[in-house]
Amino acid sequence: MAKLTFKTDLCKGCGLCVSTCPKGCLAIDTASINKKGYSPAVMVNEDKCIGCAFCATMCPDCIITVEK
Amino acid sequence: MAVVFDKPKSLADLPLHYCPGCPHGIIHRLVAEALDELGIEGKAIGIAPVGCAVMAYDYFTCDMIESAHGRAPAVATGIKRCRPDNIVFTYQGDGDLASIGMAETVHAAARNENITIIFVNNAIYGMTGGQMAPTTLPGQVTQTSPYGRDVNQCGWPIRVSEMLATLEGPEYITRVAVNNVKNVMNAKKAIKKAFQNQVEGKGFSLVEVISACPTNWGMTPEQALKWVDSDMLPYYPMGVYKDRSAAKEAK
Repeated sequence: MAKLTFKTDLCKGCGLCVSTCPKGCLAIDTASINKKGYSPAVMVNEDKCIGCAFCATMCPDCIITVEK
Repeated sequence: MAVVFDKPKSLADLPLHYCPGCPHGIIHRLVAEALDELGIEGKAIGIAPVGCAVMAYDYFTCDMIESAHGRAPAVATGIKRCRPDNIVFTYQGDGDLASIGMAETVHAAARNENITIIFVNNAIYGMTGGQMAPTTLPGQVTQTSPYGRDVNQCGWPIRVSEMLATLEGPEYITRVAVNNVKNVMNAKKAIKKAFQNQVEGKGFSLVEVISACPTNWGMTPEQALKWVDSDMLPYYPMGVYKDRSAAKEAK
């Protein structure tokens, strides 16, 4: 199982990580809002995550750290 | 647990000013990763353009300098000739490199200056609010071409990589994209090779990166990356347009 860490305050909610995740583990958390005023991306299905780092590769703001 | 992906240390830990979903952030990271992996951060000098990436000097931890609009290859020529041991790169957009800076780019390539150019092509002027650029596609709607680019009036978009590859001068000219994970990986290899060429003193290397501009194209970031695939890449095909060393080895 892999562990993803998000620098949530730097997230701009663009959703590129969500659309690129092959396992559908990520989502935009529309219920919350970060310091910059965006709804950030969050992990919703940690058990399915395979640690491929596709999300981090496509993240334009480099906010995701992947550990495996 | 081992860290498999983290921010490269050549990229400062600052919030980027780019719009949500702008691939500039991805390309910044690829450049920073190349600097890290080649261990040249300490002697690299970057040149920021005028355009959306005008504040790139804040984001890279190597030495950076700002140049006048389009003149980054000229500034890079000066720095590289004065300090040949440093690694000099420019980071330019299409409005900067392919429009006002076309002369500097072509002549730097013709002289085979030993510099690396990262050319971000998103087919539009981003910072000024989405005007038509020299690389805007035929029929593409922008602020200054509200009925779509009319090629009879405005001419055809310029394919910079193909054009520069016809010159004898340059060492390495390639076009990559950052619209999906596979293309990002290929872009990373190309950018690293462009820096490696300079370390080895081979000469002028230019990597054209097909990027997106969700804000000014009026799309979501996801739609914009799909539009790159469906509309931009057919006009600007990816590939290596010139690789002199590889061509020599093949002979």
